[in-house]
Amino acid sequence: MIPTSFDYKKASSVEEALGMLGDDAQILGGGHSLIPALKLRLNAPGTLVDISKIDSLKVIRDNENSITIGAGVTHAEIAASDVLAQHCPMMGQAANAIGDIQVRNRGTIGGSIAHADPAADWPAVLLATDANVIIQGKNGKRTVDIDQFFKGFFETALEEGEIITTISIPKTAFNRNSTYVKFKQPASRFALVGCAAAVEMDGGSVKSARIGLTGVSEYAYRATGVENALAGKALNADTIASAVSGVTDSVDVMSDHYASEKYRSHLAHVFVKRALMNLSYSK
Amino acid sequence: MANNISITVNGKTHTGEVEARTLLVDYLREHLSLTGTHIGCDTSSCGACTVHVDGKAVKSCTMLAVQADGCEVTTVEGLSTNGSLHPIQEGFREEHGLQCGFCTPGMMMTATDLLKRNPNPTEHEIREALEGNFCRCTGYHNIVKSIQHAANKMNEATA
Repeated sequence: MIPTSFDYKKASSVEEALGMLGDDAQILGGGHSLIPALKLRLNAPGTLVDISKIDSLKVIRDNENSITIGAGVTHAEIAASDVLAQHCPMMGQAANAIGDIQVRNRGTIGGSIAHADPAADWPAVLLATDANVIIQGKNGKRTVDIDQFFKGFFETALEEGEIITTISIPKTAFNRNSTYVKFKQPASRFALVGCAAAVEMDGGSVKSARIGLTGVSEYAYRATGVENALAGKALNADTIASAVSGVTDSVDVMSDHYASEKYRSHLAHVFVKRALMNLSYSK
Repeated sequence: MANNISITVNGKTHTGEVEARTLLVDYLREHLSLTGTHIGCDTSSCGACTVHVDGKAVKSCTMLAVQADGCEVTTVEGLSTNGSLHPIQEGFREEHGLQCGFCTPGMMMTATDLLKRNPNPTEHEIREALEGNFCRCTGYHNIVKSIQHAANKMNEATA
């Protein structure tokens, strides 16, 4: 399959890339969402601006209170990051659960969240981390709270002519105690359901919890009902079983030829429970 | 629009013009006549088109040739040296790792990437590394044995 013709421009800096973005131009990163769409002719931009050679977008940085991940960092690089494994284990677990090694060697975290596939792994994980997304446009930089980033089916807060440069993960107690579990669609390896959970404990009880879900509804969301139900409770099979009952209350559960609404909803309950049980053993 | 690119494939630098929409796999097969890299599913699932770009296994059906500008690419044709088989090729021959042979180049390129990162993989690690390579003869068992054969051989050579 061959895409329709387009012009190709390779940027060596974010500023240069912003200057290249005009009408009918799209950003090419690792290309693992965009190139398949071009081949199927679901997408036919006039120009591709390649940001995959911009060095500043390919760095994981260990700061005092956060870890910043360049938008062009690949899934494989995240999977191999010691600093992320230490401060936010769900990041590496999710990275390793994406596609296969060849896909992880090319696909990037920035590209994945810009594309915002409803079954992608990163949206659920980043919601659970309480990340910030740093976006650059012609008029400067802005920071978007991850809770405001995912807006709908393949829809985000990213505006025309803007580029995601960095994802900032705070170093917190809940991120240090975090996990990602996923039920893979066996052919595509996208998530039928994926659950990221991060829990801060205070003595024997839950101080705060953040739970992100993907694959369940039209876009990734936080199960705030479950988070609130856990607060102040011990983390065990009984409290978890009772807290997860409302996991799909706030969303419309998708239904397609892979999984009915009922089955998907069932999986969401099972995988939130599984993620929280993983964390209960580690305490 | 034509773009000038320079790609080093199996140690030899090729410079020329390509259309921006040319996929790396089509560049290798049609422009360089390196037909050892196969096109299977053409949708980044089956892994038949796996090559190394700057030492990492990638699916060449999901990368533009222009994106490989300035990169080092290794294809299955680049595995043997001076006519002697690479241990992974020898492993596939010794352990009957191929039946129809269609998936074999991609399997070998993924396997060599794995053995570079992990010279002593367990059977489980080998099977996990092959997640993105399909064998429709379903000959996985002997493919795993072929990779174990290559690992042993390569470890003996460095011991």
